[in-house]
Amino acid sequence: MNAKKPISNTEDYLRMYRQMVRIRVFEDNANQLYLSAKMPGLTHMYSGEEAVAVGICEALTVSDKITSTHRGHGHCVAKGASFKEMFCELLGKEEGYCRGKGGSMHIADQSNGNLGANAIVGGSMGIATGAAFTAKFLGKDDVTVCFFGDGATAQGLMYEVMNMAALWSLPVIYACENNGYSEYTKTQEIAAGSITARAEAFGIEAHQVDGQDVLAVNELTQKLVARARKGEGPFFVELMTYRYHGHHVGDINREYYRPKEEEADWKEHRDPIKRFGAWLSKEGIATQEDLDAMQADTRADAKAAVDYALEAKYPDGAEVDMHVYVE
Amino acid sequence: MTNSRNITLSEAVNEAIAEEMRRDPTVFVIGEDVAEAGTPFKILSGLVEEFGTDRVVDTPIAEPGFMGLAVGAAMTGTRPIVDLMFGDFLFLVMDQLCNQAAKTHYMSGGKLNVPLVLRTNLGATRRSAAQHSQSLHALVAHIPGLKVALPSSAYEAKGLLKSAIRDNNPVVIFEDKLMYNDRAPVPEGEVLIPFGEAHVLREGTDITLVGTSSMVQVCNTAAEILAKDDISAEVIDPRTIVPLDEETILTSVRKTSRAIVVDEGHQNFGVTAEIASRISEKAFYYLDAPVQRMGAMDVPVPFSPALEDLTVPTSEGVAACARAAVRGEL
Repeated sequence: MNAKKPISNTEDYLRMYRQMVRIRVFEDNANQLYLSAKMPGLTHMYSGEEAVAVGICEALTVSDKITSTHRGHGHCVAKGASFKEMFCELLGKEEGYCRGKGGSMHIADQSNGNLGANAIVGGSMGIATGAAFTAKFLGKDDVTVCFFGDGATAQGLMYEVMNMAALWSLPVIYACENNGYSEYTKTQEIAAGSITARAEAFGIEAHQVDGQDVLAVNELTQKLVARARKGEGPFFVELMTYRYHGHHVGDINREYYRPKEEEADWKEHRDPIKRFGAWLSKEGIATQEDLDAMQADTRADAKAAVDYALEAKYPDGAEVDMHVYVE
Repeated sequence: MTNSRNITLSEAVNEAIAEEMRRDPTVFVIGEDVAEAGTPFKILSGLVEEFGTDRVVDTPIAEPGFMGLAVGAAMTGTRPIVDLMFGDFLFLVMDQLCNQAAKTHYMSGGKLNVPLVLRTNLGATRRSAAQHSQSLHALVAHIPGLKVALPSSAYEAKGLLKSAIRDNNPVVIFEDKLMYNDRAPVPEGEVLIPFGEAHVLREGTDITLVGTSSMVQVCNTAAEILAKDDISAEVIDPRTIVPLDEETILTSVRKTSRAIVVDEGHQNFGVTAEIASRISEKAFYYLDAPVQRMGAMDVPVPFSPALEDLTVPTSEGVAACARAAVRGEL
């Protein structure tokens, strides 16, 4: 771990650990809901990428904005969302963040600055850039982080908005989560050249960072956020990470595009939670028992939220044509 | 009207934007060549001098990019007026307009709003061929979450645009690019035309002519031609097609028993089909003739004037169709 210079105090470290565990536990529960046919539709797991969302969101304030993706539960949790409203949304219930109208791929949590997940790959890049435009236009010091995957770098919209963000020095950080796979295809088969060079072509300062190292991600993001607030943006970060599941929960037999040995290797040697837990123990910040207790608490919280959501009521049918237009 | 001046449709648009920008500091204009150039049609000339380049923002030629940026800006506390130079470029912004702007309020369960205006144009016969002449308003009218306004004169252009800027929903407003220099009386100061209220331009008893945008004048002229044949035509301008003032149209058709719907979009699956179908569904027993549709021909817009002029409805064509309807010759 790259924590030669501690960037924060013990509480911050433990909160980061807890947030990563919360994401993993949330996803384990969501996957079980799918496998036991209790969840309508399907969903995309963030497991394995926790250090990216947590390292970045821990460097943001509540009023800073993020835009998220179809693989968005991690961003949502990391930006401050609660399990109960999230599980209710996944199950299409009235108490969900979007009253059941968005589901897994569209959770928005405006109160925490989450402008919503987007089910069009790369679809939120304009929105994130526009949120940064608002901050500059209204003289606020909010920064916006645009999360997207390596697959989205193939979308033209990215180049159009990076051009404008660079021309106008907008306070936006483009965070490319490179998990090595563009849906069911190896990224190296769909992305020519270097990903960071794409941003550099616009004069945007670009970094590559180990996305399995939450402290490295957080340290870099803190610096970039501070500079973006001073008008030095935009920035681009490529976070090298890995998704443990398939493209979505139903993508189970996937050896035709990804070997099991590779998955096992990442889980065994590069798991962000294990690595950070080991570091916390080594530094004497938490004992293994403390970490185990935190995991157990989180699992109990998730179970309570899932139980609640399963019993929660569906929206009334009269809501179907509500919220098409603002009254 | 008191204190009315005859101003062009272009001046009316400019005035509406300037008034709203003075009233609300969160309103801004964004698009290609909107600042010093004032757009190729010179509609926005003078705005950058008053409001500066922070609020009249020139963009690269990147329609999906600035459309998407405007959606995010609208979601976070501003009111963008997006200038899309030609209606034909709607195809470039479809994802940002229809998948993002139109659905954000609904998908978020009412938590997020997208109060933006997309100003663009429609209209053929400018000899601009197939990619600068289309009337594509039916395309966006099909998408729930978007409102669609079709001003038919300078007065409507000002009043509908001001209402659009104050609306908390995404609104697409189509101006007829051939009418930018047409003058009409427009009151000075506040003109707000509510959405979903049709305007009855001319009362009549024999047939209802529903026209949109440029086709309102086509219908009006047709009504004058028909008057010489002692046929009394009622002319209705819906002003907005989403929301649509169905009641004013149905009330008219129940009185006249006949209707022609005229619109410059392609006839297939278009605005004329939608309105004609609603008349047939809801006023069927009042009808003495089948409801007629007159849209643009279902061909890409050709360049040659000899061909292009054949593609859009004309006053003579509407009058001939109305005569046939009234005489029971359909």
